[in-house]
Amino acid sequence: MPVADVLEPHARQTLDDILRAHAADEGPLLPILHDIQAAFGHVPQAVVPVIVEALNLGKAEVHGVISFYHDFRAEPAGRSVVKLCRAEACQAMGGDHLAHHAERKLGVGFHETRADGKVTLEPVYCLGLCACAPAAMVNGRLVGRLDEAAVDRIATEVLA
Amino acid sequence: MKVYVPADAAARALGSDDVAAAVQAEATRRGLDLTLVRNGSRGMVWLEPLVEVERDGVRLAYGPATAADVAAILDGTSAKALGPTDDLPWMKKQTRLTFARVGLIDPLDMAHYRAEGGLVGLERALALPPTEIVQAVIDSGLRGRGGAGFPTGIKWKTVAEAKADQKYIVCNADEGDSGTFADRMLMEGDPFHLIEGMIIAGIAVGATRGYVYIRSEYPDAIRVMRAAVGIGRKAGLLGPSVLGSAYAFDMEIRVGAGAYVCGEETSLLNSLEGKRGVVRAKPPLPALEGFLGKPTVVNNVISLATVPVIFEKGAAFYRDFGLGRSRGTIPLQIAGNVRHGGLFEVAFGMGLGEIVNDIGGGTASGRPVKAVQVGGPLGAYFPSSLFDTPTCYESFASAEGLIGHAGIVVFDDTADMLKQARFAMEFCAIESCGKCTPCRIGAVRGVETIDRIARGDTAAIPLLTDLCNTMKAGSLCALGGFTPYPVMSALTHFPDDFARAKEAAE
Repeated sequence: MPVADVLEPHARQTLDDILRAHAADEGPLLPILHDIQAAFGHVPQAVVPVIVEALNLGKAEVHGVISFYHDFRAEPAGRSVVKLCRAEACQAMGGDHLAHHAERKLGVGFHETRADGKVTLEPVYCLGLCACAPAAMVNGRLVGRLDEAAVDRIATEVLA
Repeated sequence: MKVYVPADAAARALGSDDVAAAVQAEATRRGLDLTLVRNGSRGMVWLEPLVEVERDGVRLAYGPATAADVAAILDGTSAKALGPTDDLPWMKKQTRLTFARVGLIDPLDMAHYRAEGGLVGLERALALPPTEIVQAVIDSGLRGRGGAGFPTGIKWKTVAEAKADQKYIVCNADEGDSGTFADRMLMEGDPFHLIEGMIIAGIAVGATRGYVYIRSEYPDAIRVMRAAVGIGRKAGLLGPSVLGSAYAFDMEIRVGAGAYVCGEETSLLNSLEGKRGVVRAKPPLPALEGFLGKPTVVNNVISLATVPVIFEKGAAFYRDFGLGRSRGTIPLQIAGNVRHGGLFEVAFGMGLGEIVNDIGGGTASGRPVKAVQVGGPLGAYFPSSLFDTPTCYESFASAEGLIGHAGIVVFDDTADMLKQARFAMEFCAIESCGKCTPCRIGAVRGVETIDRIARGDTAAIPLLTDLCNTMKAGSLCALGGFTPYPVMSALTHFPDDFARAKEAAE
């Protein structure tokens, strides 16, 4: 995929609106990046020079922030995003075994998107559902007390 | 007829939205005059979704409920009936001060909040000079519930005495430790309570602006808190004149971006400023040079949400609970492989074994308990031989562990402690901010060294111990400094798991 150096006019308008909405914020960069990801599905490289200009920051500084945080994607995610908790409370309830099962059923490894773009599988370190582990988030919907059958249902749903 | 179906994230993860929809549908079908309240969770997560039906002023519990149970629940004939909620042993054994209203009220109903004692603490604080507010918090003995256990009132005093044109209250809601969910439950179940605590903090130290930094993994908490701030502004609780007083205070909800290290206060401040979440060296203390270089109170959700209780009930009332230098109550979060998991607020001092076996009911799998990790990924693994350790900051420290945010994760005898130690190092390597060498390099070497041990190389064990000492003494913050706790406790208390590989190799 070629990297777009310049945003399309419509995208540029969206970005300008986001920057304007946060003009009065103290420490606006994270809220801006969250809004960009919400609007574009990822944080495109082409937004960097525009942010640099608007916030009077260095290019390396903005790139450094984007790359520091796990949440910000350089590429769009798949049509569905499955986040499976891999932290200790879920491990105690067989989370590792379930994680391998999910990789097999979804046909994709962690941190990866299927070639057909249907699903991205990501680890998450705690959803705060530790008393009903193992837990997952499927397209924003929380699921607790996961077992193999529940993972199978999720796979059927997102691969349909 | 009033029916309560929790909208807490854990309840929703277990299907409470379907149950709520079924209640609505059944009410319409029967033409019932029914009010559905989406409350927070009572904390009995193994019974979620826990439906409550109010009959003659008594709330009757049913759970774990499914949509199919709804008709019988409304008839009062359901086999899932548990009796009055307040009479359940889990509820009766608690001292719910910070969590008094969580699960009881509609989280976004200001009138309901006031009717259950909300804003009483703030009104009392408003009548006091700021120095007396600070003194009351000192007198209460409240210590930072985020894990560090620093006296909250002393921190406030430092900020109050600092001279600056702008000061800030920053609430650390980056609750990233596995096994912890108290912050989440409080924000989802009683958001005005946290707002009230932040306003009192602002008045006490002379800060007019506040931020709550919530992790992005908590979308429900973010939504509820944002809505509560909006309602608070309309109600005159937030804004240029707090409840008509001369004090101004306003606040904003900010969202993290998936970095565990941002739970460390200086890294959180950098993140809030829009920078990489890299740890800052202390001094300067955030109390003097915090957010944007201004004096800043950084407190955990539970610390701030306990403040109104101190003014509602009195500093002495709060201080009278607890053990030694650990005063008041602690919301324990019982999780992992446990039969009765959930949130249990109790005075400091309860023994670890009592929590795991009596309150938690042992493992969910029915197998023997092997280890209990207390305090998140940076907390030690305790064997059952240390189950007489009472929950207080000092006794956990002397047992080479920490109470942290009071998350307790139970593991049964299938757990491999070498694997858990390796995970602790691996997690530290992934999440290290990279600023200091012991953490950045040490965690990577830690994984490699544990892999050597796993291959049967016992000569690597003293190396691991040495590495842990270096990380403990030389790291800039708790991430590198405390990762040795789970590693060393696994090695010390479960040596067999580190020797098994050797036997296999021979």
